[in-house]
Amino acid sequence: MRATGLSKQVSSPEGPLTILVSVDLAVKRGESVAVVGPSGAGKTTLLALLAGLDHSTSGGVWLCGEDLAALDEDGRALLRGRHVGFVFQSFHLVPSLTAQENVMLPLELSGTDNAASRAGKALDSVGLAERNSHYPRQLSAGEKQRVAIARAFVTNPSVLFADEPTGNLDTRSGERVGTLLFDMNNKLGTTLVLVTHDKELASRCDRIIEIDSGQLVG
Amino acid sequence: MTYWQFALRSLFRDLKAGELTVLALAMVIAVASMTAVGFFTDRVGRAVKAQASATLAADLVIRSPNPIDPAYLDEAQALGLDTAEVLGFPSVVRSGPDNSLAIISAVSSGYPLRGRLLVSDKLFGTMRETRDVPAAGTAWAEPGLLARLGLNVGARVKVGALSLNIARVLEYRPDQNVGGFLNLQPALLVNLSDVPAMEVVQAGSRVSYRQLYAGNEVGLKEFRAQVTRRLSRDQRIRDLDDAGEQITAAIDRAQRFLTLASLVTVILAAVATAMAARRYALRHLDTVALLKSLGATQQFVQGSTLVQLIIITLGTAAIGTAIGFFAQFLLAVILADFMRFELPTASLWAGALGLVTAATIAIGFAMPHLLQLKTTAPLRVLRRDLIAPPLHVGLVYGVAIGALVVMIYVIVRDFRLLALIVTGLVGTTVTTVIAGWLLVRALTRFRGAAGVAWRYGLANVSRRGRESVVQIVAFGLGLMVLLLLSVVRNDLLQEWQRTLPDDAPNYFMMNIQPESWLGISALFERELGASPDFLPLIRGRMTRINSQPIEDIEFANPRGRSFGRREMNLTWAATLPESNRVRAGRWWGADYAGPLQISLDENVARDMGVRLGDEVTFDVGGEEFTAPITSLRFIEWDSFAPNFYFVLSPGEVGSLPQTYLSSVYVPMERREVLNQLLQEYPGITLLDLKMFIAQVRSIIDKASLAVQYVFLFTLLAGLVVLLAAIQATRDERRFESALLHTLGARRSKILQGVAVEFIALGSLAGLLAALGATAVGWLLAENLFDLDYRIDPLLWVIGLLVGAVIVGLTGTMATRKAVYEPPILVLRKG
Repeated sequence: MRATGLSKQVSSPEGPLTILVSVDLAVKRGESVAVVGPSGAGKTTLLALLAGLDHSTSGGVWLCGEDLAALDEDGRALLRGRHVGFVFQSFHLVPSLTAQENVMLPLELSGTDNAASRAGKALDSVGLAERNSHYPRQLSAGEKQRVAIARAFVTNPSVLFADEPTGNLDTRSGERVGTLLFDMNNKLGTTLVLVTHDKELASRCDRIIEIDSGQLVG
Repeated sequence: MTYWQFALRSLFRDLKAGELTVLALAMVIAVASMTAVGFFTDRVGRAVKAQASATLAADLVIRSPNPIDPAYLDEAQALGLDTAEVLGFPSVVRSGPDNSLAIISAVSSGYPLRGRLLVSDKLFGTMRETRDVPAAGTAWAEPGLLARLGLNVGARVKVGALSLNIARVLEYRPDQNVGGFLNLQPALLVNLSDVPAMEVVQAGSRVSYRQLYAGNEVGLKEFRAQVTRRLSRDQRIRDLDDAGEQITAAIDRAQRFLTLASLVTVILAAVATAMAARRYALRHLDTVALLKSLGATQQFVQGSTLVQLIIITLGTAAIGTAIGFFAQFLLAVILADFMRFELPTASLWAGALGLVTAATIAIGFAMPHLLQLKTTAPLRVLRRDLIAPPLHVGLVYGVAIGALVVMIYVIVRDFRLLALIVTGLVGTTVTTVIAGWLLVRALTRFRGAAGVAWRYGLANVSRRGRESVVQIVAFGLGLMVLLLLSVVRNDLLQEWQRTLPDDAPNYFMMNIQPESWLGISALFERELGASPDFLPLIRGRMTRINSQPIEDIEFANPRGRSFGRREMNLTWAATLPESNRVRAGRWWGADYAGPLQISLDENVARDMGVRLGDEVTFDVGGEEFTAPITSLRFIEWDSFAPNFYFVLSPGEVGSLPQTYLSSVYVPMERREVLNQLLQEYPGITLLDLKMFIAQVRSIIDKASLAVQYVFLFTLLAGLVVLLAAIQATRDERRFESALLHTLGARRSKILQGVAVEFIALGSLAGLLAALGATAVGWLLAENLFDLDYRIDPLLWVIGLLVGAVIVGLTGTMATRKAVYEPPILVLRKG
């Protein structure tokens, strides 16, 4: 994954607002990178641009060999479906689907066979085999995030983006989710880009990138 | 996974979770309302069409107000056709001191040639079919006539000079719906050979002669070809197609009216659907963003949305159609008196209307909101504060209005009417919305009047001002129509009856022979001290206007055409009748003795497109005369005095065949005078106006009950708009309740606030309904009926109470759950 001269500007009542300034970044296959920095520094914007969820004002992103700028919205969606996994701070489970169905979702979207059994195994690997028929509202916050991790890894993604994965969890659940995230990462050799405030979690990554006022500072 | 698999699964979940309840409910109500009317009118239409031949009682009929040449019958028989004759006229049937107006139907053997007669041997006896006709000297009476006279089979009655024995009860005759307003009277079936002895049919009497023909198609065709050219102007020939066409046109009008009534329901339901679809879309933004972040394409999102919409459309069309199918049974029960025949079962074809309704609402009102989902930015998974994709206002409203206009056009199939309805709808919407907005504004003044629950409730109404106005208007509209059809209609009828003087004529006399009127006048003078006016009545047909044959004239409108084609009642008078005013031209003087002139009702002149100075030619009993129109009159029809569109100048017309008519007030306790009158002058037709008004009123009651029933669906649709609005604010309400609860408010207090809010909304809707109904009532009274309209306090009380109770209860019940949710759950979700 590579980003060169990546900038993002948005318009605001006070005039154009620069969120990200000419960021150059390269992440090797299988590497884990933590993006840290104060609130409003531009961490989430960087993540969104790297994952193709948003477009940059200038500069480019190459993800798994593809130039994101050359793809339209559907093209980027297909690329994400094939190569990318996500873990979000607020879990983003579909409330009307069970835990297993939530994990099946990316498999089914990409037309993979045996979605149910693979989802079952993924839930088993995060210790929630018993909870497969539960709906999100019946799960605790930690359990929800573990379902989200199972969903993120079930497609064997090349890259996993995690946005504050422990931000909404208590210390114990946070630790457990962190451990799970890195275990899976090591086991599957996934590239991990992690945005976090959690210093302990960041320190477990191969590399820490610090960002402030839209610029890389370390 | 294909998009339709995903669509099916999430639709099932959403239905289970109640996410789609309001949307589906709105569509079901719209479909039920439309199909109830559709099924019902389809049943009536098919019944009537199926009975068209029975309605004629023949395959072919020649009718005329004058005797028809019997040679036609011989010619038809020579062609192998069956024939029969019918003579119909109104006359008084007497039994001792009692009398009643009836339609005398005198028939020859063989009647009816098509359809059947049903009779029974006593009142409420077992019905059976018969091929006979009454023997000479006997009569078969309809139950209504026997009831009016308090008689049963075996009794004797007198018609004119002839005494008849009631031999059977006449339960059904195929041609019983033929005829005009006099047909409201019950019938007495007699033998044709008895008519001369009655001595009631004389020159100028109101009589309908019919010759009936039936048989093979070739013979009928040849016979029709033979006689058509020889028919005189007053003779009309009709076959099944003619009869069917006329009846279909009447059914078509009723169908269009009732369908337009249900259109109001459809519009409100569509508004509720749009509100529910908007909320559904907003609540699914996160899911769609997630799907997109996981690799779903726009096509996937759009495809699954469309699949869901199609399933909802089909599902609600099916459920709504099923409800409509059962609802129409009640409509048939309400209107049973109008249809004296059995209705066939409804054809499923009418259910297509349900699908069209559901599809129109889905495409016009739900789809634009749901399709908006596909443009959701996947970035929303990281930024929940990202605003929803912009709604293309032009597209949303354009599609909705377009769908509605197409639907109205499909119903009315007339561009002028379409423009009129659309203007009416826009006008009503703008007026009611302004009124609703003013009411909401006025409510803010009362905020400080009581405690916290009161203030919180009223503050909510004002804060959600736009939603409040929509809810008030939606519920108020249905209520307004119901108030108009019940309370205001009743008030107007009562007001009209109050305006009638106590001694307004209560009996109407027709068929008075010229030689009798002096004697009748003397009788009333002697017995009652009354001197009723007698007006000559001449039956004639217009043949030419300004020398142009009537058949070649293009009339301004259908009413004008019908005046040109039918036999009309004419009169002559020296002085202008009291209830008339000359608007143009001059009335001939009281001593006028010059050439013949015509004075015409101004509205008829407008409909026929004739002006002062135009020359009109009439044919009266084969004798033609021509005269110029020299004045146009305004007529006060509610004066209860006999009035005529055409009045001729005195003189020349005195020699034409004519009868007289008159109206008189006979006090209840002096009704025996009428018996004396009928004994001395048996040929007179006497119409009891009070009974006639009661009959007309009963018809109006039934018809308006049917329309009210259709508008009940409108009220329901108004409630669904309310539910949609509540649903749209549910998250907000849950959060507010949790916050208030956290700040120390008891649940009962919060619930009181909610109740105040909805009772206030309901009261405002009730006020709006009463205001609208009063305004329409006043407009009708002042401009159409020329009455002094008095504001009825009952209208306001009913409006307020019904609005407050229904909206208050529904709203509070629907919001209750939000109030009772544990605050920690809600606040955590933030």
